[in-house]
Order: sequence, then C-alpha cells, then structure tokens
Amino acid sequence: MTMAPLISVVDLAVARGGVAILEGVHFALSAGRALVLRGPNGCGKTTLLRTIAGLQPPLAGHIEAMPDSIAYASHADGLKATLSVTENLRFWAAIYGQPKRVDPALAAMNLDALAARAAMSLSAGQKRRLGLARLLVTGRPVWVLDEPTVSLDAASVALFAAALRAHLATGGAALIATHIDIGLDEAAVLDLTPLKARAPAAGGAGGGFDEAFA
Amino acid sequence: MIALLVRDLRLAVRAGGGFGLSLAFFLIVTVLVPFGVGPEGGTLARIAPGILWVGALLACLLSLDRIFALDFEDGSLDLIATAPIPMEAVVTMKALAHWLTTGLPLVLAAPVFGVLLHLPGPAYFWLVVSLALGTPALSVLGAFGAALTVGLKRGGLLLSLLVLPLYVPTLIFGAELIGRGAEGSSTATPLMMLAGITAATVALVPFAAAAAIRINLR
Repeated sequence: MTMAPLISVVDLAVARGGVAILEGVHFALSAGRALVLRGPNGCGKTTLLRTIAGLQPPLAGHIEAMPDSIAYASHADGLKATLSVTENLRFWAAIYGQPKRVDPALAAMNLDALAARAAMSLSAGQKRRLGLARLLVTGRPVWVLDEPTVSLDAASVALFAAALRAHLATGGAALIATHIDIGLDEAAVLDLTPLKARAPAAGGAGGGFDEAFA
Repeated sequence: MIALLVRDLRLAVRAGGGFGLSLAFFLIVTVLVPFGVGPEGGTLARIAPGILWVGALLACLLSLDRIFALDFEDGSLDLIATAPIPMEAVVTMKALAHWLTTGLPLVLAAPVFGVLLHLPGPAYFWLVVSLALGTPALSVLGAFGAALTVGLKRGGLLLSLLVLPLYVPTLIFGAELIGRGAEGSSTATPLMMLAGITAATVALVPFAAAAAIRINLR
C-alpha cells in the first residue's frame, strides 16, 4: 500500500515511573490495518498505548499522527454509574462533536434494550460494551485499545470484531493490546517481549527522575 | 465544554452526587455557633461575618476532592484528557460546576443563615456580594488543589492543607467587606481586593491546574 500511514511510531522508548520498559518500538499503520500488541503482563503494553494516546511523553523516538486522530480506550470504561447508558454515550458524543453517532453506536454494540438503564446496573460485560460503543461515537480514525475484550463473552467479542472490521473497512486503523484471539485474521501482530528496555549501563535509554518535570 | 458542565451538574444532583452536602454543613455551623458562643446578640453580630465566611469556606472544602478524584478513579479523566477539549477548559468547567453546586447555594442561603447569627441589617447586602464575589475563587483554587492531589488515594488531607493557605486572602477580604458593610463605613478597598483576587484566580489558576493534571496522569 502506498498511501501515507495514519500513524507511525519511530524508534519509540517508553518509561513507567521513571524506569524505561520498552525501547526500539517501530511500526506504521495505514488505513484499513490493525496491529495486535502481545507480550506478558507488565511488559509495557499499557504504557506504550498511553504514550501513543498522548497521556505521557515518550522517553525517546517519536510518534507521527494527524492531530485529533486517536481515540483511546483504557482498561477503565470511564462510565458514570448514575447516568443512563444513553446519557453516558451522549456525553462523549457531545465532547467529540458527533451527536448523530449515538444511536448507531448503541445498535452496533447491541445496547438498544439497555439504553435507559443506569450504568451502575449493568453487568461487567455490558459496561465493557458501552465502553466500546464510546469509540464508535468519537468518529476518530485511529483506535488505540487496551485489552478491549476483557469480561466480554464470545458473542460480544464477535460483536466487537464486527464493529472493528467495519471501522477498518471505512478507512480506520486500530492498535490493540490483547491476550486473546479476537478473530481478526488480517491483523498483524507485534510481540513486545524482545523490545524490553536494556539497563542504561548496557546502552539502554535511561529514564531519569527529571522526566516527570520535562 | 457545555456537555462536560451539564454532565457534572447532572452527576451532582443524582444520588450520591454530594449536592446539598455543603449547604447542610453550612447550616450546621451557623446553627451550632450561637449555642457555643451564647445567645447575646452583640457578640454574635460582631463575629457573624467571620463565622459565615469560615463556614462557607469549610463547606466548600468538603466537596473539593470530588472535583477530579471520581473521574480519575473510573478512568474518565484519561479519556477526557485524550478528547478534543483543552485541559484548561476542563478545569474551568469543573470549577464552574463545583461553584454552581456548592458556592451558589451558599450565596443564596447565606442571608437566611445570617439571621441565626444576628447579622445587622445593612450587612445582608454585603454578605451576598462578598460571597458571590469570593466563592468562585474558592472553587477555582480548590480545583487546583484537587488537580495536584488527583493521583493520590485519600488525598483529602493533603488537599485541605494545600488549599487552606490559598483561601486566607479571600477569607480576610470577604469577612472585612461584610464587617465594613455592617458598620456603614467605606467598602471600596475590600470590595476591590476581593474582586481582584477572584478575577486573577479565575484567569490564571486553570493553567496551573491543567499542568498539574497532565503531570499526574503520566
């Protein structure tokens, strides 16, 4: 494919708590492509995704993406327990200026029947589906997903995979950290295990304390 | 931005939102002080401006840690930080929502509570003016303190200690304004100081608070 990538990551090193944990991360994602990040617990998947989402600065290297192109979904769904499913979603749709996307998102994640329920009375899997519906209302091309399938049953994983495929088919891209097979055969896989940061003495990027004040 | 304000207001009035907590606390203070001090009107009238301001200030302090902590715990703050609204606007909207749910009810209820403290007649106007001018500064400074302590579990103690000294100027000029209003002497100086403090706080502090949140989210 010759088109410019939606997001490219060049020789990225990331740190958590001032300690470098990944280095030399290098990939590019163009429209219609998905990349699955794998690696054992604690290898830095979440930190890498938070860095790409712009929540923390990289230790080294850089991330090239169009401004306002990334939609990030963390472990937590960011739901308000006392608001209804629709109110939760409408809030995010208003923040992203996409009020018309609420109803299709509810339908896509099979939340229509729950629309008027308060988020606190949802099951864990239903909450997760609402969290994923939030991605659909952002209208952003690059999805950065941290363990999107946690607490989803097989049917909901299929629902999510369908939503993901539809997103890719309309020119989106996705970066997904996950431990399970989400049934997305066309996705490339990046194993983070070999990219574990070396100790500064061995030539790795040092994560100084001052990093917090940079 | 308006969506964020509406959401925060809606959350505040829903179950467990904490709306009314500050007002109830303010009521308790103003009801209990006459019992503690004694019912002589002269003493009460003299200390009323200070009591009303200290009560309002503590009532405001009570709900500060909710400004960002709840959003931090359920992950919304991360998501808001990656959303297309600047963090400075988020802080301003959250402080405004805090003021509308705690400061404004205090301003409106204060004249009623002033009766309990034998506040002299001419002082009521200045009570409302001083609280209306001063409480926005309390909310914005509180948002700054909440932003500094957002990542901490049980950060309420640290938050109170950080914010209290910042509240002192507002308290001094706010109470002075009511006191002078009650005596009928010139109120221009405390009025201008109070308004100036609030204007400067509202204009500058959101930037500091936004920077504090960005660092705490790393």
